[in-house]
Amino acid sequence: MTQSKVAATSRPQLPKAKTGIQGLDEITGGGLPKGRPTLICGGAGCGKTLLAMEFLVRGATDFDEPGVFVTFEESVDDLIMNVASLGFDLHDLIARKKIVLEYIYVDRNEMTETGEYDLEGLFIRLGCAIHNIGAKRVVLDTIESLFAGFSNPLILRAELRRLFSWLKNKGVTAVITGERGEKTLTRQGLEEYVSDCVLTLDHRVVAQDSTRRIRIVKYRGSTHGTNEYPFLIDEDGISILPITSLSLQHEVSSECISSGVPRLDSMLGGGGFYRGSSILISGTAGTGKSSISASFTDAACRRGERVIYFAFEESPAQIMRNMRSIGIDLGQWVEKGLLQFSANRPTLNGLETHLTTMHKEINIFKPQSVVVDPLSSLLVEGKDIEVKSMLMRLVDFLKVNLITGLFTNLTSGGAALERTNVEISSLIDSWLLLRNIETGGERNRGLYILKSRGMTHSNQIREFLLTDNGIELRDVYVGLNGVLTGSLRLAQETQEQAAQLVHQQEIEFKQLDFENKRMVMDAKIAALHAELAMQEAETMRIIAQEKAKVHQLKLNQIAMAKSRTSDVDVMPDFGEAS
Amino acid sequence: MKETSTIIEVESWVLRLYIAGQSLKSMTAISNLKKICEEYLNGRYEIEVIDLLEYPELAGEHQILAIPTLLRVSPSPVRKLIGDLSNTERVLIGLNLEPKT
Repeated sequence: MTQSKVAATSRPQLPKAKTGIQGLDEITGGGLPKGRPTLICGGAGCGKTLLAMEFLVRGATDFDEPGVFVTFEESVDDLIMNVASLGFDLHDLIARKKIVLEYIYVDRNEMTETGEYDLEGLFIRLGCAIHNIGAKRVVLDTIESLFAGFSNPLILRAELRRLFSWLKNKGVTAVITGERGEKTLTRQGLEEYVSDCVLTLDHRVVAQDSTRRIRIVKYRGSTHGTNEYPFLIDEDGISILPITSLSLQHEVSSECISSGVPRLDSMLGGGGFYRGSSILISGTAGTGKSSISASFTDAACRRGERVIYFAFEESPAQIMRNMRSIGIDLGQWVEKGLLQFSANRPTLNGLETHLTTMHKEINIFKPQSVVVDPLSSLLVEGKDIEVKSMLMRLVDFLKVNLITGLFTNLTSGGAALERTNVEISSLIDSWLLLRNIETGGERNRGLYILKSRGMTHSNQIREFLLTDNGIELRDVYVGLNGVLTGSLRLAQETQEQAAQLVHQQEIEFKQLDFENKRMVMDAKIAALHAELAMQEAETMRIIAQEKAKVHQLKLNQIAMAKSRTSDVDVMPDFGEAS
Repeated sequence: MKETSTIIEVESWVLRLYIAGQSLKSMTAISNLKKICEEYLNGRYEIEVIDLLEYPELAGEHQILAIPTLLRVSPSPVRKLIGDLSNTERVLIGLNLEPKT
């Protein structure tokens, strides 16, 4: 249990006597006013006697403060029997002089009032009992029975006043129980004014679900929680729901833990959920909420962490069988002691009882993660606001203890998906929405992340497949034809593949075509080259012929001149001709 | 009331008065008791006065709450009267004594 922050100030505080009752010291900021009278009032069967008795027994056993229990209603033997069922061994405590039980028998019929009197006899008896064991705590149960024995209201009121101040003077921490009046807190309408602290207990039935509640009406000289707090009586006595919501100062972890679905982890920004965060998975029927829960559980156990799985709809065996069909074997973790199933019908208990049982189991098993599947079935129980306050306390409790909480919520068909039945979205850190997408004559599962505090999460919708090997997330087809899933997605994908093939072939063909063209071009170039070469050769030949002709001509001229013996010295110019 | 008269005649009365210290109510009760006994029981009575401040444990043993308390120990059955006995009529009814006419 975490310490309440209310009393954690340095100012001088009223001395308080710890009650040792689970939760009560938190809401009172440390206990009842020490050395002063406290009034506990409430109707029949709301637990007044038990609360008073536990206060006394805890005082005697845990805080070494012996106590006197004065009962006006039940005989000593009855009382011992009644509280023995809660594990209080009064015989032993009486033998060790830790507790004194005083049965004061008041019967109006046996008494005749003949004039002025006071209740000095009661004071003497009390003083005697207190003195005998050095009592620090006194319980008077119930003040009404005392009143019933005497008919003079004036004397009684005066004596009551005197009793309270007498108790104060004795320096004992007193608890006085009283019945609730018609419109006032108490029958006499006086007790609450002379008490320093007043607690009311209440036993209410709303929608066939009974819940006990406690409220601190007043507490002189001290701050206190003002709400009505539910409490529970079970085999360990009273437990008032641990109140951790008085402050919002819990530690946080930035460690991420896997959801068990790799693709989901990457959607959440890589690592998965933050440790100690609260996760909500909401969706309509059959969208795979339990499968995600199981996957998360499996991943946690695989890391060697402990998990409690609170199931409100299916039995553990059924969950394990069903999850085996998607390749998740939860049975092995149960055997290894890492996983604990706690399956109850929601109608078994009232909400508060559920919550308290959950608290207890969590405190005993000390898991790192808790799965509640599904939250919405608790709704058949109480009213929305109660479910919300229960959840708030549960979420707070988990967060303070750095336990990751995964809740599933069944959204009824037709309701807005973003709305949870219990309006708890503000308490939730990560919210996954599962929905059915109906297209092409089939239903397919879609998943998206509605929010995830402190993470850069994906805004994409993913198709969610349950395979033999667990959960798989696929991209959905998003294109001109809208969002497609399932076989439509497959068809679309096939179509696209075909189209791509055609496209591919076209490209290949064009490449080939171009290749051909280049080859043709190359051939043409070669032919032109060849032609050019031929022309060049031809030209060279002609030039050579012409040169040879000129040379021959010159030789002929020289020969002719020689034959004519001309006097002109004509020398043949061979240089030019050659 | 005939029955009662016979009891008075045959038995002697034992009355026990519980008081707490020398308070006004206690003193009044003692003197009232003596007066009534003198008047109605004519010497056939015995008064025992217990101061609970001296014997506090007797308060528990005898189930005494109110002070003063008068206990008719005998004749049986035991009867309990609380208050300072100033209302003689009620005392007589409580003790089951017949008022003098």
